[in-house]
Amino acid sequence: MTIKGKAYVAGIYEHPTRHAPDKSTAQLHAEVAKGALEDAGLTKDDIDGYFLAGDAPGGLWPMCDYLGLNSKKLRHIDSTETGGCSYLIHLGHAAEAIAAGKCSVALVTLAGKPRTGAMPPRAAGAEADFEQAYGATTHNAYGMCAMRHMHDYGTTSEQLAWIKVAASHHAQYNPHAMLKDVVTVEDVLNSPMISDPLHRMDCCVVSDGGGAMIVTTPEIAKSLKKPLVRLIGHGEAMKGPRGGKDLDLTYSAGVWSGPRAFEEAGVTPKDIKYASIYDSFTITVLMQLEDLGFCKKGEGGKFVADGNLISGVGKLPFNTDGGGLCSNHPVNRGGMTKILEAVRQLRGEAHPKVQVKNCDIAIAHGTGGLLGVRHAASTCILERV
Amino acid sequence: MAEAKKYNAPVTNPETAPFWEAAKSGKFMIKRCTACGEPHYFPRSICPFCFSDKTVWEEASGEGTIYTYSLMRKSPTGPYAIAYVTLKEGPSVQTNIVDCDLTSLKIGQKVKVVFKPTDGAPLPFFTVA
Repeated sequence: MTIKGKAYVAGIYEHPTRHAPDKSTAQLHAEVAKGALEDAGLTKDDIDGYFLAGDAPGGLWPMCDYLGLNSKKLRHIDSTETGGCSYLIHLGHAAEAIAAGKCSVALVTLAGKPRTGAMPPRAAGAEADFEQAYGATTHNAYGMCAMRHMHDYGTTSEQLAWIKVAASHHAQYNPHAMLKDVVTVEDVLNSPMISDPLHRMDCCVVSDGGGAMIVTTPEIAKSLKKPLVRLIGHGEAMKGPRGGKDLDLTYSAGVWSGPRAFEEAGVTPKDIKYASIYDSFTITVLMQLEDLGFCKKGEGGKFVADGNLISGVGKLPFNTDGGGLCSNHPVNRGGMTKILEAVRQLRGEAHPKVQVKNCDIAIAHGTGGLLGVRHAASTCILERV
Repeated sequence: MAEAKKYNAPVTNPETAPFWEAAKSGKFMIKRCTACGEPHYFPRSICPFCFSDKTVWEEASGEGTIYTYSLMRKSPTGPYAIAYVTLKEGPSVQTNIVDCDLTSLKIGQKVKVVFKPTDGAPLPFFTVA
């Protein structure tokens, strides 16, 4: 049993807003759902599967009701919550459900407003008493990964900076990007230190917004007008300190989710023409590229340097929308936008300045949670048909 | 220097209460599985390695080395160093390095446990040994 080729991403929509003081979170979910349906050429009453994560206010009960999903049709629901990579997992789970005949038109939504409202607190886990006082945040948890990666492999701040430089080269062509200015390695190194060794420009933006996609059967996708893009491989995995034995913060759960996805797809990193890689921080990208096998562990610094991630310049064009580092990071969750830009590339709908030629196979990969504490990873490999 | 940072008291629960009781007398406890022999932290009643329920409390030396750290500079309560310390007994624990020069910390540096008061049980931190 495989999901290879069993599900197509038939509709995508990214909310253009980056700042939404005049909208509600539920409203943003509805707007992105509407956008994805219109892109696919389907209607709300076609939806028989709905996938959402922790950003959707109240979860499935209120959201299905608020959106007015058709109760007689809706037959598959999933609220898997793994932070920023939830939507990559949703894509895999939607494909599983479609392959099993449990639904035929799945909607996945992400939306929220961390810039203009308080984020709901995360429920405490069993570790709370043993960790909460120490003030782990995204910045310092990823900082700890970068610090150890530098210690073990000689990775430098200059190398990390190249990741931001590449993202900024792409963002200049995205009219919706929050940060459109092209920056240099020196700009990154001269930006204020936030949590050693990560500078301000090593960090992603904080933005309101959202995105949605429609996942459907091959038959329905082929009856629609959009270029065909299908999922051919998916993997998911979890990593945490696991009792503190053999702690190693230089790799992520991507070392497991990646091979699972590649094996299912029957392709290797060499076959990937475009890569959407979660870029909560520059170190996130570097570690993921190693973990996915684009280079050996420890050689990520050399791999990302000198523009190797810039479309039209380097060997592995990445995050051609500007990514989380420059364009947006809706609800502090980057998984959805990673899929959306990969689909644009496969459709040939990316900005002409960053469109990858003959883009037939792309990867969308992300992590969720804190790389330096406990996190999930999910890898999706997509193919133009 | 600002006043000493205030920490919330641990909530505690039946599974972890012995850890916090021991902390009140300055003891830093870990759990060890008598079935597979592995120590772990934070404490569980069932071993996260072999899933045996034959786990026992053990007082750790409180000595360890810095596995990694990051000096968090953007904080309303002032800079702080978050870290993982690998205990002499084996497990690595998340903590803060405190009461020393935070700008000269090094991976591999020797550290030792110190407890900081709360309104409830004290919390373990580490400082340069």
